[in-house]
Amino acid sequence: MGKLLGVVLVIIALASAYPIIKNQYPLPEDISTHGHLIDEQLHDTMLEAGVSFVGAQLVLAFFVWSFTGRKEGSKLKNFPGGARVLVIFAFVIVGIEVLALGAFGQKAWASVYFTPASADALQVQAQAEQFAFYFRYAGPDGKFGQIHPEKIDEGNQNYFGLDPENDVAARDDIVSGELVVPVNREVHLMMHGKDVGHSFFVRELRIQQDFVPGLDLAVHFTATKIGKYEIVCTQLCGLGHYNMKAYLNVMSQADYDTWFKQQSAQ
Amino acid sequence: MHTKQFLIAGVALLAASSMAIAGPKPAGGTVSGKVTYEGTPAKMKPIDMSKEPSCAKMYTTPPLAQNVETGAGNSLEDVVVYISAGAPDEPAPSTAAVFTQKGCRYIPHVLAFQVNQEFKIVNEDQTSHNIHPLPKLNREWNKSQPPGTPPITEKYDKAEFIPVKCNVHPWMHGNFAVMKNSHYAITGDGGAFTLANLPPGKYTVTAWQESYGDQSQDVTISGSETKTITFTFKAKPY
Repeated sequence: MGKLLGVVLVIIALASAYPIIKNQYPLPEDISTHGHLIDEQLHDTMLEAGVSFVGAQLVLAFFVWSFTGRKEGSKLKNFPGGARVLVIFAFVIVGIEVLALGAFGQKAWASVYFTPASADALQVQAQAEQFAFYFRYAGPDGKFGQIHPEKIDEGNQNYFGLDPENDVAARDDIVSGELVVPVNREVHLMMHGKDVGHSFFVRELRIQQDFVPGLDLAVHFTATKIGKYEIVCTQLCGLGHYNMKAYLNVMSQADYDTWFKQQSAQ
Repeated sequence: MHTKQFLIAGVALLAASSMAIAGPKPAGGTVSGKVTYEGTPAKMKPIDMSKEPSCAKMYTTPPLAQNVETGAGNSLEDVVVYISAGAPDEPAPSTAAVFTQKGCRYIPHVLAFQVNQEFKIVNEDQTSHNIHPLPKLNREWNKSQPPGTPPITEKYDKAEFIPVKCNVHPWMHGNFAVMKNSHYAITGDGGAFTLANLPPGKYTVTAWQESYGDQSQDVTISGSETKTITFTFKAKPY
């Protein structure tokens, strides 16, 4: 009976490794310039965790197989040096593993967070609020209007609290519920939360960044494929959280210019 | 035979009395007119509903915000014109007013009803709404309404203008006008209004527009005359 458990453990370990090895759950398409670094990191993590998992299961199965049906009073063999050495050994192994992942991953992290967006990146302000995203572009004058929280009037389409009466730069600002960007152009997304914590997640962009009320955060990315992708909120933010989404619309430069003109005319 | 005659007489009497109750009220005076603007009103922005495709697909072109609704001849629509002084408070009618959520907008944009009159909130959309009126004098509440659920019935016990928003769809915006009496009208096409059946007396007529505030005029009615007045609001481009 004990030997049977050992066999079952081996079957479970190999059966759960099989779909991963066969890549039956591939990552979604990557449409960003930095995404391959994230994917490599995910691959490395999966490899390391997978090898550890299968190895641990096989060792467990081996012990179950070897020591099952032990006779009463038979002598147990100990790990050389006892339990303390074994625990220290395990700590060092796991520690090296985690540090190695961090060291390999720093390139992916740094490319998004420690490298500033280029000076000619398209500047877009993203605002998250219960339960929608709004995106603001500077308009034809290239200048963002000031924002005044006390002037926010959502019923009148003033989501950012612009003051067009007194602020000329605000008059041509474009506010959209859709994040429209030209393909192959870097976008600097300045993120600003209006009420509670939210998150900006586009899986195809390999970007997930929280909005934190009171903090101005930023991410930058370059989308490399024309198409429409979903932006979802991945921080539980209230009753409408399940419905909090927007779309990332990646267009050719010509289509983007047309869209920009249309929006400016409104 | 006597019984039959008695019955016929009874029925006739009943019919006559019910006609007296349900029949037209004694004709009074009327105040009618038009609400207009001068200047340049703000350009209403199109509403981006892309996050709610079930609503967005109901429009061929995005609908505009309704904070200022203008019509031909500088007319202003959705202005509440009512008797703010001179008329006694009236008990609420038994019919319910209806406020519908359709295409992720409120229909009508301005709903007027009386103090303690019931109003029903209907969700005709394929999405959940959470209606949140923002009163200052009445009790504040907000209620979720998933698609296919029965109407919500509510009432208010104080007269007030109440902005209404949806906690799920930030662009949704409407207004409740809670009135003290039945002498009110909301301007439609052409900015016209009519307040009928006013007994002789001195009245203050007020026009309320959500972005421009209110204006009042005094009117004296004698007999069954019709007085014509015009309200003109100053429009601002921003």
